[in-house]
Amino acid sequence: MLRAGSGAGVVAALAAAGFFAPGEALAAWAKDAFEGKSVADAMKAMGATASGASGDVQIVASDIAENGAVVPIQAISKAANTQQIAIMVEKNPNVLAAIFDVGPDVLPDFTTRIKMGETSNVTVLVKADGKFLTATKEIKVTLGGCGG
Amino acid sequence: MPSPMRIRAASKDGITEVRILMNHEMETGQRKDSAGKVIPAWFIQEVKASLNGKEVLQAQWGPSISKNPYFAFKIKGGKAGDAVSVTWLDNRGETRTDEAKVT
Repeated sequence: MLRAGSGAGVVAALAAAGFFAPGEALAAWAKDAFEGKSVADAMKAMGATASGASGDVQIVASDIAENGAVVPIQAISKAANTQQIAIMVEKNPNVLAAIFDVGPDVLPDFTTRIKMGETSNVTVLVKADGKFLTATKEIKVTLGGCGG
Repeated sequence: MPSPMRIRAASKDGITEVRILMNHEMETGQRKDSAGKVIPAWFIQEVKASLNGKEVLQAQWGPSISKNPYFAFKIKGGKAGDAVSVTWLDNRGETRTDEAKVT
């Protein structure tokens, strides 16, 4: 839980990370969050200083990815008032893959394909009702996707 | 000039599922060429979608999204004949917009 005294700083950090910016101009790309080298760094840049695992967050992906260059992944939130969903790959050089803004007109259910350099935990972070929820799944990669 | 996207939008039971295939290298900035020089990062950073001109979705991407990105999402509402428009912007400032009719 956030203490009252830290509120302003957290809001500023969220704004800086573009996490509060639906409807903002394209310049809102969350540079600090995308440059995070660890899940902790990326989450901090997104303002998620406190989070907890939740069954309301679902990751749909196979346990083993044969080709790390193309790993299908679906991120779903069942939490009420879902505002944002982010996908992070723990062992990628930059962990954050994507942030999706969940406006009133879309379902909190996104599918894409990501690159994974090696076997890693994949964490989906959901912001719902101002709180941060996570789910984590290990995906084994037999052929890495980030090699030269 | 960036290559066009392929967009499919299908309405069923009050939900419009949009599936997009984009043409983009999505270069991570981690790889090196044969001479050992780092290949600069080049990737889509922002994706926006709208239904009949009203913005419904914004996403921010990093270079971990796969080459020639696939992206699917679901719009509340929408019906056959509605227009779905998708725009991306990459870190070089290149942009591409394509449109499809909901079926």
